[in-house]
Amino acid sequence: MIKDNKTKDYTSIIQERIAKNSRKRKIFNNFMTVLLFVFVIIAIIPLASILFEVFKNGVGALSFEFLFSPPGAFGSGDGGIGPAIQGTLIAIGLASLIGAPVGVLAGVYLSEYSSSSRSFAYFLRLFNDVLTGIPSIVIGITGYIALVLTLGSFSILAGAFVLSIIMIPIVARVSEETLKLVPNTLREAAYGLGLPKWKVVWHIVIKGSKSGILTGIVLAVSRVAGETAPLIMTILGTSLFFSGFNSPVDALPLRIWRLASQPYPAAHEQGWGAALVLILLILALSVALRMFAQKRSITTFKGTT
Amino acid sequence: MGNLDNSLKSSIKDEIDAISEYTKTKAETDITTTTDAGISSSIKAKTERNFDSEFKIENPKLSIQSLKAWFSGKLALKGINLDVKENCVTALIGPSGCGKTTLLRCINRMHDLTPNATADGKIILDELNIYDKQSDPVLIKRRMGMVFQKPNPFPTMSIYDNVAAGLKLNGIKDKNLIKDIVHDSLKGAALWEEVKNDLDKPGISLSGGQQQRLCIARALAMQPEILLMDEPTSALDPIASSKIEELMNDLKKNLTVIIVTHNMQQAARVSDYTAFMYLGELIEFGPTDQIFKYPKKELTERYISGKFG
Repeated sequence: MIKDNKTKDYTSIIQERIAKNSRKRKIFNNFMTVLLFVFVIIAIIPLASILFEVFKNGVGALSFEFLFSPPGAFGSGDGGIGPAIQGTLIAIGLASLIGAPVGVLAGVYLSEYSSSSRSFAYFLRLFNDVLTGIPSIVIGITGYIALVLTLGSFSILAGAFVLSIIMIPIVARVSEETLKLVPNTLREAAYGLGLPKWKVVWHIVIKGSKSGILTGIVLAVSRVAGETAPLIMTILGTSLFFSGFNSPVDALPLRIWRLASQPYPAAHEQGWGAALVLILLILALSVALRMFAQKRSITTFKGTT
Repeated sequence: MGNLDNSLKSSIKDEIDAISEYTKTKAETDITTTTDAGISSSIKAKTERNFDSEFKIENPKLSIQSLKAWFSGKLALKGINLDVKENCVTALIGPSGCGKTTLLRCINRMHDLTPNATADGKIILDELNIYDKQSDPVLIKRRMGMVFQKPNPFPTMSIYDNVAAGLKLNGIKDKNLIKDIVHDSLKGAALWEEVKNDLDKPGISLSGGQQQRLCIARALAMQPEILLMDEPTSALDPIASSKIEELMNDLKKNLTVIIVTHNMQQAARVSDYTAFMYLGELIEFGPTDQIFKYPKKELTERYISGKFG
C-alpha cells in the first residue's frame, strides 16, 4: 500500500513538471532549430561566394586556346594555361603513386597489425598527426634540400615527392578509421574459413572498405592539388610544357599565383579562369574516382556466376 | 524468500568450490567437508560418489583435456575435460558468462585472435593436438566450420560468392568444382530452393534466417569435419530457428556438431550429448536424456528446472 502511494506521487510530480514546461520547451525547440539553420547559412556563405566569384570572373577566360596552349607574352592576355594543367595532372598522378600505397598500407598496419606493439602504434599515430599539421612550406623546403639540391635541378620528381608527403598522413588516417569500421564478426567469419591473416585483411577488410579508402585518397588529392608553397620550392614553375624529369614544370596553383601577382587586368582574368579550371578538375577527379569505386563493386557482384 | 535465495546461492558457491578443490589432495577436501554446513557437505559427498561413475565416450572425435583459458590474466575456463563423439550433436549449456562460447572458440583456436586472450591445455582432434606449438591454427580452422551468433555474410559479396569465398580464397580455381560445391552446400543448408534464382544478389539482401543458413552453407563448403555453432538461433525468430534445428539433424549424418545455446529446450531437442557449464567449469556431461531427466548434480538440476540462470 505504501509503495503504491509513493509511485502515484512520483507520476503526478513528473506529469506536472512536464505539463508546466511544455510551452517553454516548444519555444526553445523552435529557437534552436532556427539558430542551427542560421549557422549553416553562415558556414555556407564564404564557400558559396567564393565559388560564385570564381565562376563569374573565370568563365569568360575559358576557351580552347586557354586550356591547351602555353602562356603568351607577359601581360598580353594571350595564350593559356596548358602547361599548368599538364604539370598539375602529372604531379598529382606521381604523388598519388607514391602517397596512396604508403598511406593505405600504414593505415592497414595501424588498424590490423598494431595490436602486438601498442606503444609503437601510439607513436606512429602521434607522428602521423604531427605530420598533418606541419606547414606545407616546411615540407617544401625539405624537398628542396633533399632532392632539388642533390639532383641539381628543379624537377617534377621533387614536386611529386613533397606532395606525397602531404598526402600520406591524410590517407593513412582515413584508411585506418575506415578499416576499423569493418565489423570484427566479418574478420572472424573469414578466419573461420581457414584463411591466413593476410588473405583476411586483403580480401575481406580492405576490399570491403574500398570506397572509404578511395574517399581518403580523393580527400588527400584535392588537398594536394591546391598546394602552392611546396611547389615553388620544388618544381618552380615555367611557361613551357613538360620536357623531362630534370627541368622545372608548371602547375595550376603556381600559375594562378603568377597571374594574380601581375599588374594587368587581362592576366587577372586568366588567373580567375585558372582557378575555375583547378576547382573543376578536383571536382571531376573526385566524381570520377567515386564512380569508379561504385562500378567496381557492382561488377564484382555480377562477374562471378 | 530472501533468506532462502541466499542459502541457495551460498550452497551453489560451496559446490563450485568443492569441484575446484577436488583436484587438491583428498585430505584437504575432507577437512573442508567436516567444517562446512550440513547441506553443502551432503552435496559434496554426492559429487565425490558420482565422480567415479562419470560418463565416458569411446573413440572421441575431439577430446578436450584440462583446457584453461584466460582473458587478460583473468581465468575464464578452469580446466575443462570433455569428449565429443563423432556424428553427434553436443550441446554446451549454462548461464551467461559461464565460458561456453570461450570453450567453443578455443576448439578452433579463434580464442587466440582476441587481444590479450591466451589458452593452455590439450585438445585432441584425431590424434592431433590443436594446442601443440607445431600445429598451424589456419589448418585447424580449415577442418572446422564455424557459425556465429549473428548472421555475418560478407556484405560485398553475392550469395554465390559468399559460399564460394572459402574455396576461392584458399586457391581452388576449378570453376565447375566450385559450382558443384556451392550447389551442394546450399542444398545441405536447406537454402538452395529459396535462392537458386538469385545467386547474384548480395548476401545481405536475404532475411535473417536465410542469412544464417547462408553462413552455414559457407562453412559447409569447406567440407569441415566439425561444425561449431555459437548460439546460431539466438538472433532469429522461432520459425527460422526451427529450420536450423531441423538442419542440424541432417548435418550430423556427415559431421560432428558442437552447439552453444542459451535455450535449454533447443539443447534438449537437437543434441545427443549435453554439457552443463557454470563459472568456467564443466559441471556435468552426459547423454542429453540423462542430463535433462536424471541430472546427477544438484546444480545441473536447479539450472535445468529454471531455478537460477
